[in-house]
Amino acid sequence: MSQASALRAPTPQPLPPTAKEQALRPEVNEAHVRFIGLGKTYPGQAQPALHGIDLNIRRGEIFGIIGRSGAGKSSLLRTINRLEQPSQGRVLIDQVDIAPFDEESLVTLRRRIGMIFQHFNLMSAKTVWQNVELPLKVAGVPKAERQRKVRELLELVGLQEKHQVYPAQLSGGQKQRVGIARALVHDPEILLCDEATSALDPETTASILELLRDINQRLGLTIVLITHEMAVIRDICHRVVVLERGEVVEQGEVWRVFGAPRHEVTRTLLAPLQAKLPASLQASLKASPVSRDSAVVLKLTLLGEPELSALFNDLGGRVRLLQGGVETIGEHALGQLILSVQHSPHETHQLLARARRWAEDVEVLGHVV
Amino acid sequence: MWFDRLLEGLLDTLLMVGVSSLIALLVGVPMAVLLVTSDKGGIFEARLLNRVLGAFVNLFRSIPFLILMVALIPFTRLLVGTTYGVWAAVVPLTIAATPFFARIAEVSLREVDHGLVEAAQAMGCRRWHIVWHVLLPEALPGIVGGFTITLVTLINSSAMAGAIGAGGLGDIAYRYGYQRFDSQIMLTVIAMLVALVAVIQLGGDRLAKGLNKR
Repeated sequence: MSQASALRAPTPQPLPPTAKEQALRPEVNEAHVRFIGLGKTYPGQAQPALHGIDLNIRRGEIFGIIGRSGAGKSSLLRTINRLEQPSQGRVLIDQVDIAPFDEESLVTLRRRIGMIFQHFNLMSAKTVWQNVELPLKVAGVPKAERQRKVRELLELVGLQEKHQVYPAQLSGGQKQRVGIARALVHDPEILLCDEATSALDPETTASILELLRDINQRLGLTIVLITHEMAVIRDICHRVVVLERGEVVEQGEVWRVFGAPRHEVTRTLLAPLQAKLPASLQASLKASPVSRDSAVVLKLTLLGEPELSALFNDLGGRVRLLQGGVETIGEHALGQLILSVQHSPHETHQLLARARRWAEDVEVLGHVV
Repeated sequence: MWFDRLLEGLLDTLLMVGVSSLIALLVGVPMAVLLVTSDKGGIFEARLLNRVLGAFVNLFRSIPFLILMVALIPFTRLLVGTTYGVWAAVVPLTIAATPFFARIAEVSLREVDHGLVEAAQAMGCRRWHIVWHVLLPEALPGIVGGFTITLVTLINSSAMAGAIGAGGLGDIAYRYGYQRFDSQIMLTVIAMLVALVAVIQLGGDRLAKGLNKR
């Protein structure tokens, strides 16, 4: 995701996201899945697992749901294929309320919605081929058609060699590929991913995310994923919603949420991805200036690529770069700089005001001698 | 002559065990499926049915076989017209073995990961699809193991039935070995039973292992 080919033009004021997104993908504004006032309370629990959720998931996007464990991510995801029954509110898929569906309509609905799981949930007594074939078999698809489809999907996930093997003989990443093939065998329009990479190592996670992105682009299906890892959101999602105690606390384009997280929970979740000072420097930080020679340490979150010399001139004094980097999220460049500014002619609050002209977010980390 | 008598006893035992275990299998598996799926949170949730069935199974499982056999005499007479011989023994053997096997099969079915049921629902399986394509195949190694235990238990019980006139190896051991102090017959019967149980256990273990792909 951090290829140099992605948008590199300096954009002091980024375009409004919807206009930009619309220009790139005209279909994205259409709500594919819609939650209206959704709530869920489990019997015997005072706290609702979900409360007052209003969300639109657009057709063809990769939508991330993130939150700490117990925030209600899984419950929310499962209301989309009604593995979970909401207590209040409605879930609309293609403008159709799915609450009154009987078993027959549910079966039909679920064939339009694929799902993959953290622990893969493959049938241990069936071979890879039989696992992928199962959804077609129970739908009464004729054998020739089943064979064509299973072959096609095993090829898509790169497991055609392993079709005779039982899941126990596969690695975690291979198991998830079988799970993906199984989920896609009915040509669904939505794919639900329940912590699909949480049981995988980083390298395998990257390859599964790559596959999901590829599927999203090639097949144009809507992907809804839940995760507790911000890196997953950063790498493939277009938009994200942050849940805390069953409520939406923040939502928006991923690069916006990453650039300027507003809620405490989002900041906590983002912490592992943030630029950090080396531990030795961190330890020597003071809350207020010690002397005239003290330098103030600022953390700047920048969108696009501002001209650094102009920024440094604006801040004045001696500006040193302590830590920094640029990430590309979607087509947006998001930079983080940690600077120390010494002997600036400006007061700290003036410095902050000047820095804010350049950055989405400015934070004073402290002062060093 | 002794050979003929022992062979006949063996065949009677095999017949009693074979017929009653077959019925136990055919009735016990659906019973186990019903016990699991009608329970709370199951795919065919029906709490009352579950409780009644559970109580029924527990009732028959708590009666020692010897007592069950005697208590069932009127029922046996009604069903097969006699209280003597191989077919009369099949009735109590089946009634004892079915709930026994159903409970063991139930445990195997319960051990099937709920995630698999969820995955099946998510892929658009109807409920009986889940039973047929998920629960039973996944629990099969355990069910085979449970059936092996049931067979061995049935051999044990059939010897008891033999002692009160059902025929079979138990009958021979009791009449000739015990009542006539013919230790040679007794030892031969014991050897045959040991061999029979060993063959069944070994075969069952092999099959269960072969079916287990985990």
